[in-house]
Amino acid sequence: MRNTLATQSLFELSHAGRRATQLPECDVPARPLDELLPAESLAEAPPELPEITEPDVIRHFVNLSTLNMSVDTHFYPLGSCTMKYNPKRHERFAGMPGIVDLHPYAPESVSQGMLQIMFEMQQMLGEIAGLPAVSLQPAAGAQGEFAALLTAAAYFRDKGEDRRKVLFPSSAHGTNPASAALAGFETVQLEESPGGLVSIDELQSHLDDQTAVFMITNPNTLGLFERDIKEISKRLHDVGGLVYIDGANMNAILGITRPGDFGGDMMHYNVHKTFTGPHGAGGPGAGPIAVRDFLGDYLPGPIVTQSEDGTYQLTDPPKSIGRMRSFFGNVGILLRGYFYLRTLGPDGLRAVSENAVLNANYLKALLKDVLPVPHGEFCMHEFVASAKALKTDRNVSAMDIAKRLLDFGFHAPTVYFPLVVAEAMMMEPTETESKETLDAFADTIKTIVTEDPEFLRNAPHSTPVNRPDEVHAARNPVLQWVSGPA
Amino acid sequence: MPYLFNTPDQKNEMLETIGARSVDELFQQIPAPLRLDRPLDLPAPRCELELEAEIRQLAASNANTANRVCMMGGGAYDHFIPSAIDEIASRGEFYTAYTPYQAEASQGTLQAFFEYQSLICRLTGMDVSNASLYEGATAVSEAAFMAMRVKNRYDRVVMLGSVHPEYREVLETYCSNLPTEIVTVPTPNGVADPDAVREAMSESTACLVIQHPNFFGCLEDAKTLTDIAHEFGALAVVSFDPISLGLLQKPGEYGVDIAVAEGQSLGVPLQYGGPYLGILACRQKFLRKMPGRLIGTTVDRDGKPSYVLNLQAREQHIRRDKATSNICTNQGLLALRATVYLSLMGPQGLREVAELCCQKAHYAAEQLTQIDGLELMFSGPFFKEFAIRCEHDPTEILEKAQAAGFDVGPNLKQFSTIDSGNGFLVAITEKHTKADIDRLVNVLRG
Repeated sequence: MRNTLATQSLFELSHAGRRATQLPECDVPARPLDELLPAESLAEAPPELPEITEPDVIRHFVNLSTLNMSVDTHFYPLGSCTMKYNPKRHERFAGMPGIVDLHPYAPESVSQGMLQIMFEMQQMLGEIAGLPAVSLQPAAGAQGEFAALLTAAAYFRDKGEDRRKVLFPSSAHGTNPASAALAGFETVQLEESPGGLVSIDELQSHLDDQTAVFMITNPNTLGLFERDIKEISKRLHDVGGLVYIDGANMNAILGITRPGDFGGDMMHYNVHKTFTGPHGAGGPGAGPIAVRDFLGDYLPGPIVTQSEDGTYQLTDPPKSIGRMRSFFGNVGILLRGYFYLRTLGPDGLRAVSENAVLNANYLKALLKDVLPVPHGEFCMHEFVASAKALKTDRNVSAMDIAKRLLDFGFHAPTVYFPLVVAEAMMMEPTETESKETLDAFADTIKTIVTEDPEFLRNAPHSTPVNRPDEVHAARNPVLQWVSGPA
Repeated sequence: MPYLFNTPDQKNEMLETIGARSVDELFQQIPAPLRLDRPLDLPAPRCELELEAEIRQLAASNANTANRVCMMGGGAYDHFIPSAIDEIASRGEFYTAYTPYQAEASQGTLQAFFEYQSLICRLTGMDVSNASLYEGATAVSEAAFMAMRVKNRYDRVVMLGSVHPEYREVLETYCSNLPTEIVTVPTPNGVADPDAVREAMSESTACLVIQHPNFFGCLEDAKTLTDIAHEFGALAVVSFDPISLGLLQKPGEYGVDIAVAEGQSLGVPLQYGGPYLGILACRQKFLRKMPGRLIGTTVDRDGKPSYVLNLQAREQHIRRDKATSNICTNQGLLALRATVYLSLMGPQGLREVAELCCQKAHYAAEQLTQIDGLELMFSGPFFKEFAIRCEHDPTEILEKAQAAGFDVGPNLKQFSTIDSGNGFLVAITEKHTKADIDRLVNVLRG
């Protein structure tokens, strides 16, 4: 139980005159401030921040943390998000002196350890992708997409070609069209074939000398491997275009097949998904990109290179598109990915994908009678079930089931994505879940679908709040604390 | 493998339920010719004990602030980080959670982000803050793109030469496949000359990008520059140092339209440049043109106050190619750190940090410039960072400092877009003592 103080806002907890931090006395001869700074640039008073003691701050945030579901506390089968276990050792390694406190402009002579790690990370990501040139700069998967599209644009410009079109299937992540538009391309969406895979005929009808890039997620967002990917790539290459692989679903194919081998020219990784950088309630992630040799000169820099004498340095590729962000990249997250790869090695990495796919197919088999999966006999690391029949027969929606799962201590799957499946429930158990957890989850869903529809439509019943009104929020946006929520 | 559960017996049971003979059969969708027929060429696995020893050794070959003094600046600073921040940010309930799409399962994160937005509004004097962006440079680019949408002007962005060179490079990259022209106003005196800015502006300019205090640590005449932007109907974008707002006027007070910042100073460790925290706040009327995630309050079915992701209709997962940006994340964990930092500091603490930085930086500047051959590069006022001009290439001086355990810089020579001769930056924070500064001065004098 919590009392009402537990979720009071910082501003309600504030009392003038309280404080949490003590700072050292000024040990240099202090001069009047208006001698140091022009009077007109000074504020009359410091910002109106809350005044709180340290114990209150701790209690406030610890209480807030307990209102969350997380991988450390709950099964989190959120499709397309790869919510796998985040090893604790990574947090400790990433926090070591010399790692956590290294300044980004520290000279190369006192950063060799860090540069070696980042160099090895580039090598490993290149090998896993089958695409040897790697830039670790992009700060997130979406920025990786953007960086790769700018890389492609620079490559075409260099060849004297003005290609304006980027294609993607209707099941693509929203970031694909958004990144293409941001990069200045025209966007073209392909219609899905009935089998849930890209239709080569549909693709072909859009291919011409204006086609720059085809963006495709493989395995796709339905959890299916695009088995025609080689032919798809050939068609793109025949018109001089490039194939971009959205790496969001790499968890299914580590060590089994490689984007570079099945025709991709460029890809991004989501280090926070595939290689266990924790999701941080929405970030930070890291979105390194890997490309074919002939695109390597255009990559965003800096990248790490090794000299003949074995030392490492930061280098800009010769025709680099430039920087995507300041400094090197989201190193703290890249490190966690590095530690993960070094823990697993080649066999361990392959075992990750085998177990992810086994777990997904097992869960799919357990649920097939109550939540059928319209596409595919077997799935990769995730699948999209449909609650359409339940909606028709009992007026129970995917959202109702998702919300009721929260009452049973399970996070909800992804609902209503991809749009090509009615009442979609996209589930991704990941490899770090046990058979027992999957059994319990499936049993719970089987129980839920027998419950009273009215009761389900009012779920969840045990969470701190119940179906907040998003329409009201959007109509009257309250985005900072005024005198109390709502 | 420490993270996999399924035993051979369980695998067999699972395969039986699935109706497959082997795990390999599950992969039959992948055509055989596309399969990798060898193990990946990766290093052999290492257990925790082995890996820790290796990482410890590599880490020891890097500079660290435990046995060295870091007076480096240029957009990343060695500020004090209270212990309570690590304690809170290392709670698995925060750092292993996902984007709060299911509000019922995420009220903790949602409230923390809402409090972050509220604190940023109070810090900046702006009306609305998003729940954070990648970092300082991309925040500038997102602000410029936002200004283009707001003003419906896509031809030109004007940026001061005193803005962090990497921020400029990022904006150039972001615009590299667009017709947008980025005009840089030279700042030979370390700050912008209002007349030169006026000359660079036009009626088709989307925004003027100012950094205050700027890359060289100098204060700009931010109010005048903001007014100039408005004279041309453009938006004023200011990149500020959050710590400086313990002393300096808020961007909102001098009329800025979009305030952005690198938030690393607010309790985020240096960690070789990232992940950091992009801050972006703006005026109310631009709300729906903002990039990034927003948290709002509402009521639930029982009328209970609650927090939700708000105005998602602007975002890529709804609007796809018409979205306000392609951003799919915020820097949640770092926004949390900043929230805790500002809560712990309070108004008085933030002011004291700012005063300590300012006083000590001025002391350091005074002492360093008493050394023969070193002088302040610019005569204008500065806050916590300053540029030193040397007679010769500063490499030797910086190496001398380095050998004595002081990391100072960066050397301005490393930025090809800056033409300031021989110089380097020094950044002083509340962590540095008079003894540190005196010791550095002795080393450089000797």
